[in-house]
Amino acid sequence: MGNLFKIAVRNLLRYKRRTILTASLITIGVVFVLVFISVSSSFKTMMTGQITDSMLGHIQVHRRGYVASIDNLPLNLNLKPDAVKKLDDILAQDRDIEAFSPRIKFGGMLSNFVETTNIRLNGVYPEREFRTVPLLASRISAGKKTLHRGEILIPALLSRGMGVKTGDTVVIVATNQDGSVNGKSLTVSGVLESATGPGGRDGYVHIEDAQEILRMPAADVSEVAMRLRDFGRLESVRLRLEGLLGSDMNPQGKPLFEVHTWEQLSPFYNIARMIDVMTFFIKLMLIAIVLISIMNVMVMAVYERIREIGTIAAIGTLPGKILSMFIIEGFCMGVLGTVIGNILGGGILYALNAAGITFDFGQQTGLILTATVDPADVAVLSGIVIIVSVIASLQPAFKASRMEPIAALRHV
Amino acid sequence: MSLITAENVCKDYHTGEVTIRALNDLSFAIEPAAFVSFVGPSGSGKTTLLNLIGCLDKPTEGKLTVSGTDISLLDRKESAAFRGSHIGFIFQDFNLIPVLTVYENIEYPLIMVQNIPAGERKNRILRLLEAVDMNAQKDKYPDQISGGQKQRVAIARALVTNPKLVLADEPTANLDSKTAYAVIELMKKMRDELQTTFIFSTHDQKIVGEAEILFTLEDGFLKSRETRGGGA
Ligand SMILES: Nc1ncnc2c1ncn2[C@@H]1O[C@H](COP(=O)(O)OP(=O)(O)OP(=O)(O)O)[C@@H](O)[C@H]1O
Ligand SMILES: [Mg+2]
Repeated sequence: MGNLFKIAVRNLLRYKRRTILTASLITIGVVFVLVFISVSSSFKTMMTGQITDSMLGHIQVHRRGYVASIDNLPLNLNLKPDAVKKLDDILAQDRDIEAFSPRIKFGGMLSNFVETTNIRLNGVYPEREFRTVPLLASRISAGKKTLHRGEILIPALLSRGMGVKTGDTVVIVATNQDGSVNGKSLTVSGVLESATGPGGRDGYVHIEDAQEILRMPAADVSEVAMRLRDFGRLESVRLRLEGLLGSDMNPQGKPLFEVHTWEQLSPFYNIARMIDVMTFFIKLMLIAIVLISIMNVMVMAVYERIREIGTIAAIGTLPGKILSMFIIEGFCMGVLGTVIGNILGGGILYALNAAGITFDFGQQTGLILTATVDPADVAVLSGIVIIVSVIASLQPAFKASRMEPIAALRHV
Repeated sequence: MSLITAENVCKDYHTGEVTIRALNDLSFAIEPAAFVSFVGPSGSGKTTLLNLIGCLDKPTEGKLTVSGTDISLLDRKESAAFRGSHIGFIFQDFNLIPVLTVYENIEYPLIMVQNIPAGERKNRILRLLEAVDMNAQKDKYPDQISGGQKQRVAIARALVTNPKLVLADEPTANLDSKTAYAVIELMKKMRDELQTTFIFSTHDQKIVGEAEILFTLEDGFLKSRETRGGGA
C-alpha cells in the first residue's frame, strides 16, 4: 500500500504543472463552497435569531384554529385558564425549555388625547417575556428596559408619528370578547424599535393590565411562546409537545392545542430554505468541477502511461494493483485540493471576520457578519470531494487495469 | 524435463478479413539454463513466439508448456500471476518505471508482484546491484543513466524474483555494439551464476554469435535449430 502511494505521489509530481492546475481548481471550488456555506449559514443563523429572539420565540402553542385567524387577533380563540394551567405544568417540567411566556394579544386604539390610532398589543409577564425573547430588551431604544403595571411599551413608528415620548400618558381602548368597550390610561415607559417579521410593530403592556382592559377575570391566553435551550432540538421538542398536548380534546372532540415552530409562523423561513437550496446547488457544482477535472487528468495520465502500464502488467502486476495505483493517484489529487482548499478557506473566513463586515437585515442595521463554519460541515465537504475524486478516477483506472500488455507495450 | 515444450504451435492474427499466420507448426523444446537466441528477418515471428512463451498471448493451435504449465489454460489473472512468479522480462526500450530510482525499479516486482519481506528484498537487490555493477547509481532515476546502464538495471529487475526463465525481445537494439555485447555478456554471466534460462531475439550478427542455441525463424516457420560450442 505504501508503495502504491509512493508511486502515485511521484507520478503527480512528475507532471507538476498539471497537478497544480487541477488541484487549484479543486481548491478554488472548496474555498468557494466553504466561504459560501459559512457566510450564508451565519446570515441564516443571525436572521433566524433576529426573528425568534426579538418577537416570535422558538415555538408557540395556541388554541387550535388561532393561527389560521391570527391576523384579527380573535379573543374568542384564546386558551381558557384550565388549559393554560395544564400547558404551564407541562412546559415548566420540560428540561429542553429555557423559558416560556404566555401572551394575551389584542387589538385596540391608542390615543394621546390629540390623535387616535389603532395598535396591536401583547399583554405579558414582563420578566418571562424578556427571558423568552431576549432581544426584546435591546429593541427598547428610549426609556427603561423594563415594564411594570400601568406602563406601556409603544412601537417607534407610533411614537414618531404621534409625537409620543416616554413619560407621556396615553389611553388604550379595546373591545372585549362580549363586545363592550373599555379603556385604561397608561404611562409610556419605553419606545420599541420594530423588528422584522410578524409582531414586529406590536406594543407591550403588563398582562394584568390587559386583563383589566379586556375585563377578563382570569387570563385567557392567546399564545404561549417558548425559548429552547438548544435551538437544534426544535423539531424533536415540537414533536414531543404535540404528543403531550395532542390528547387534550375540546368538547367537539378535536385536539385543543396546536404547536408551531417559528418556521411555520414566519415567512422568513422560506428565505432560510432558499439559502439551503442554493447551498445544495453550489455543492453540486463543486462535485461537477471535481468530477470533470479529476477524470480529465486521469484519462490523460492513463493515456500517457500506456507503455508503462504494459510493462508493469507484463512483469506480472495484477489488474487490481494497477487499478488501485490510478485510483490512489486521483485520491491524492483530491486530498491535495481539499487540504489546500480548507486551509485557504479557513484563512479567508478568518480575514472576513477580522474585517468586521456589517450588513443590514430588515430594520436591524450594522449587524456584524460572523462567518463560522461547523467542523462537521468541513469534514462532510472534504469527504465528498475526496470520494468524488475516487469515483472520477474509477473509469480511467479500470481501463488501465484491463489493458492487454502486448497491445500496451506496442503503443507508441 | 524440458523447461519449454512446443508441440505444433501456430499463431494467427486477424486483421479485418485477412488472417496472417505468424507462426506455423512450431515444435521444439528448450532445456533449463539454456542460453537461446531467436533470429530471423523482420516479420519472421520472433516477437510473436516470445510473447507466447512469455504467457502474454495464447497460441491459436498446438500446445505450449512452460515450466510444466499449459499456458493456454490460464485466464487473464492467472497469466499475470504466472508471469510474475516464473518469468522475467527485458525490453528493447528498457521500460524502467520513470518515477522510481534504480534501486526501487529492481525492488518493484518484489513488492508489487510478489510479496517479499523487507530484509530479504534488500539482500536480493544489493546482490543484483553488485552483479550488474549498478551499485553506485542505485539512487538515480532512469533518466539520469545511460542506455546500457538502464538495460543492466532491467536485467537485475528481471532476475530479482528468481525466475526460471528470462525473455528479452531485441534487448540490444537500442544500444551501440560495444554496450550490446556487454549486456549479452552480463546475461550470460547471470545464467552461469543463477542457472536461469535466457531467451533473446536479435538481428545483430555479432550478438547472435554469443547464443549457445540458435533458433532461426523465417515466415513463421522454424528454419533451423543449431547448438553452438560452449553451451551448457
Ligand atoms: N498484433 C498483430 N496484428 C496483426 N499482425 C501482426 C501482429 N503482430 C505481428 N503481426 C504479424 O505477424 C508476423 C510476425 O510478426 P513479429 O512481430 O512476430 O515479427 P518479428 O520477427 O518480431 O519482426 P521484427 O524483427 O521486425 O521485430 C508479421 O507478419 C507481423 O506483421
Ligand atoms: Mg519483433
